[in-house]
Amino acid sequence: MTDNPNNWPLWEIFIQSKRGLEHKHVGSLHAADAQMAIENARDVYTRRQEGQSIWVVPAGAISSSQPDDAAMLFDPADDKTYRHPTFYTMPEGAKYI
Amino acid sequence: MSQQDALFTYSLRLADDLLILSHRLSEWCGHGPVLEEDIALTNRALDHIGEARNLYTYAGQVEGKGRDEDALAYLRNERQFVNTKLVEQPNGDYAHTIVRSFLFDAYHLPLAEALTKSTDAQLAAIAAKAVKEAQYHVKHSSDWLIRFGDGTEESHRRAQEALDNLWTYSGDLFVMDAVHQDLVKAGIAPDLTKTKAAFDATVDRVLAEATLKRPADGFMATGGRQGKHSEHLGFILAEMQYLQRAYPGAEW
Repeated sequence: MTDNPNNWPLWEIFIQSKRGLEHKHVGSLHAADAQMAIENARDVYTRRQEGQSIWVVPAGAISSSQPDDAAMLFDPADDKTYRHPTFYTMPEGAKYI
Repeated sequence: MSQQDALFTYSLRLADDLLILSHRLSEWCGHGPVLEEDIALTNRALDHIGEARNLYTYAGQVEGKGRDEDALAYLRNERQFVNTKLVEQPNGDYAHTIVRSFLFDAYHLPLAEALTKSTDAQLAAIAAKAVKEAQYHVKHSSDWLIRFGDGTEESHRRAQEALDNLWTYSGDLFVMDAVHQDLVKAGIAPDLTKTKAAFDATVDRVLAEATLKRPADGFMATGGRQGKHSEHLGFILAEMQYLQRAYPGAEW
């Protein structure tokens, strides 16, 4: 699809659901430019009050790790449980840790 | 005409514009030029329907004859509809659809803003809810008109054609007959000359950016508020009302 020069560029959409939280990737859409991408994202991804802020990023601007490297990159973390902060007591009332 | 009758008629005028425009926009559902725009148009159609429903319900209460929103939407005939001729015009190409909405939006936003100050609490409350939606509608249709006008040679030509074709129907938005004048005096309906000034400012600003020419104010095709319509409304109602006419009271 992206090979067709008549198609608008692809944009990755990130929505922030509440102030203070991170912008989460929700999907992608086509748009001629950033302004249109924001408006389209508003109509496609925030119809049910999902968010209060929108980021749009040209899909081509995102670099990704290679699936072939997955073993080398991620498997070494397998046996390092001491990196998980499971030995601490959670402070009361802390929701987003 | 008593003030009650005038208020009933006025509520219908507001509601009919929204319902008929909404129906036209809904005709694009599944046929939009791109998926994202298809959804955007459907959203707009639903915004318009939502406001229309509140207005019909209120009109029914004002009338006091037990008619609800469905009775007013589905069981009136062509001559009883009091929408402008603008909103019933066919979708045409996308430039026509955008220009039709743009002209309506440029009128609807200042109208809704003015109605929030109406002495009629219910109309003011319905308008207050609509203002934010209307702001987005103006932005959406303006953005597209600017893209078309300031786009390619073909998009510019088509946008100008749509503007030239539809301009004659824009005058219907600002007709103030005796019914309207009475309600202006009572502080219920806004003075449309002020709405027109806001409309003109929006149109001039957007057309300048879109490098489009504002058509001259020549003959204006009015009459919609009196139930005189173009040939298109009958077809719209035939489709929209078919089910309730064929199966009265049907629900699902």
